[in-house]
Amino acid sequence: MTTGDGVRADVGLAVRAAEYRLDVLDLIRSAGGGHTAGSLSFVDILTVLYERVLRISPETLRHPERDRYVQSKGHAVEALYVVLAGAGLLDRALLDTYLRFGTKLVGHATSSVPGIEQSTGALGHGLSIGVGMAIAGRQNGFRYRVFVLLGDGELAEGSVWEAAMSAAHHGLGNLVAIVDRNRQQIAGPTAEIMNSEPLAEKFAAFGWTVHEIDGHDLVQIERTLSSAPAVPGRPTVVLADTVKGSGISFMEHDIRWHHRVPDDEEYAIARRDVENRVAELRSRA
Amino acid sequence: MSRHTAGPGLANLEVLDATLRDLARSDPAIRVLTADSRVSGRLGPFAREFPDRVVELGIAEQNLVGVAAGLASCGMKPFVVSPACFLTARALEQIKVDVGYSGNAVRLVGISAGISYGALGASHHSIADFAALRAIPGIPVVAPADNCEAEAAIRLAAATDGPLYVRLGKRALACVHESGPVAIERATRLRTGDDIGIIATGETVGIALGAATALALGGVETTVVSMPMVRPLDTATLFDVARRVRGLVVTEEHSVHGGLGEACAAVLMTEGIPVRFRALGIPDEPIVNGPQLDVLAHYGIGTDQLAALARGLLDRNPPRSSVL
Repeated sequence: MTTGDGVRADVGLAVRAAEYRLDVLDLIRSAGGGHTAGSLSFVDILTVLYERVLRISPETLRHPERDRYVQSKGHAVEALYVVLAGAGLLDRALLDTYLRFGTKLVGHATSSVPGIEQSTGALGHGLSIGVGMAIAGRQNGFRYRVFVLLGDGELAEGSVWEAAMSAAHHGLGNLVAIVDRNRQQIAGPTAEIMNSEPLAEKFAAFGWTVHEIDGHDLVQIERTLSSAPAVPGRPTVVLADTVKGSGISFMEHDIRWHHRVPDDEEYAIARRDVENRVAELRSRA
Repeated sequence: MSRHTAGPGLANLEVLDATLRDLARSDPAIRVLTADSRVSGRLGPFAREFPDRVVELGIAEQNLVGVAAGLASCGMKPFVVSPACFLTARALEQIKVDVGYSGNAVRLVGISAGISYGALGASHHSIADFAALRAIPGIPVVAPADNCEAEAAIRLAAATDGPLYVRLGKRALACVHESGPVAIERATRLRTGDDIGIIATGETVGIALGAATALALGGVETTVVSMPMVRPLDTATLFDVARRVRGLVVTEEHSVHGGLGEACAAVLMTEGIPVRFRALGIPDEPIVNGPQLDVLAHYGIGTDQLAALARGLLDRNPPRSSVL
């Protein structure tokens, strides 16, 4: 199916997004640690970003006019490693070194890994860095866009709102924030730990253009991110409703999977979930 | 080339604007980032000459440093100008992660540093900035003693392809160097003598020179070293002075914890150089309030007090330090 703006449902893309979930679990099981459910909640967004939206390739990783992606929720780095490897931007052999002594692939995003723009992990930093990149792009006359992914629990950090205020003040139409709104954080539901809602109203009041989408609908994701910024001179935020642990039946909505590593039995169920999803996608095609 | 001459000069922070304007004329990548600090940073002329190169972020130091990191990652040369007390404490995590860890070449300029703000109180003092930034990998720390050193430090920051912290006070300073240009990356012996060595950094250098003059009246010959680089240390000069003198004082406008004094003590012990030694800084106690020079003198960082401490070091049984 093709829609008017050229965005179409792509079985291959959906299959890869499903299979990346298993790659994430493989990575986490290989080292016995990682951020499991938080990586699964935005792997669909990341797949669309790297395959359809970001103007970046293995040859242009350092090109001054490349699009930028900053992952402010740096802890969910396993999804990033897997998608970067899938896109040919990260040497797949490096995945075997994940969390090993002396590795480049540590448990939070770090700029020493080719393909990762900035070191993150301390929450509340990424949007400010994105503001700086967006200002630089405009002043240099480059047309690149800056995408910053944040978690919804992360929005309790005051520095996020300092950055949000400055992005609107400086009229950064080349800046797109994506909130992985899975409504869960390590100690419980975000609404109970520190309610950040209503986010649409807050960002609108800060001077941003706001989109709310289903963060697991690949067509919606692509359509929204590809068309951003919708309003010149205004930053855009995409509030993506997601499910922590998405795609793995027993992890979805279960807060314990923030950090847990699946055992063999659980992994077998997860593999079946992914295989069933892939079969379903292919049968629809 | 330095334009500064002997005699009463400007405050070090007043050197910033003219130096940055000069640099910016030939370097289109220079940017100045402020947190409502263009007035306190005396940056009006820069803002008038290069209005498009000032990025105002409002009173939000964390965002200030993060934005600078983003600019630096795209090839800009951001100079972040904000009172040292806020810049190096409020934004310390951004300095650690976005500047140090990510390796973004952000030039951090802490103005009105140390106890420049004097009686405004401890909220406005920065006496832990050496300690905090020395412990973050990859960030040199420079505290200029006069206008020559301040200009050299700013030029070094522009020429360095990496982060750097420059600490500038707001008190008008006399030149301690007879002529420029100053080799800011090395310590400079401003006078020499074999009885006492005083190693000083930032605005305490002028006080050390005054103490040396007082000591000379009593026949005590003093080596005075200006050591603007708190990190990395010019250990060659430090060791050479320590081997020549009978007593060594290291003084700074900073807490006794984690500053130049502790840094020198550690490398002297490691090198096995025996010398009577005192580290003279702000002691570990609630700070007294008042004008900057009065506060410093209260803690022994005054011409007469420093001279007395030095004379005591030459005694057969020198008094034990009250601070270390």
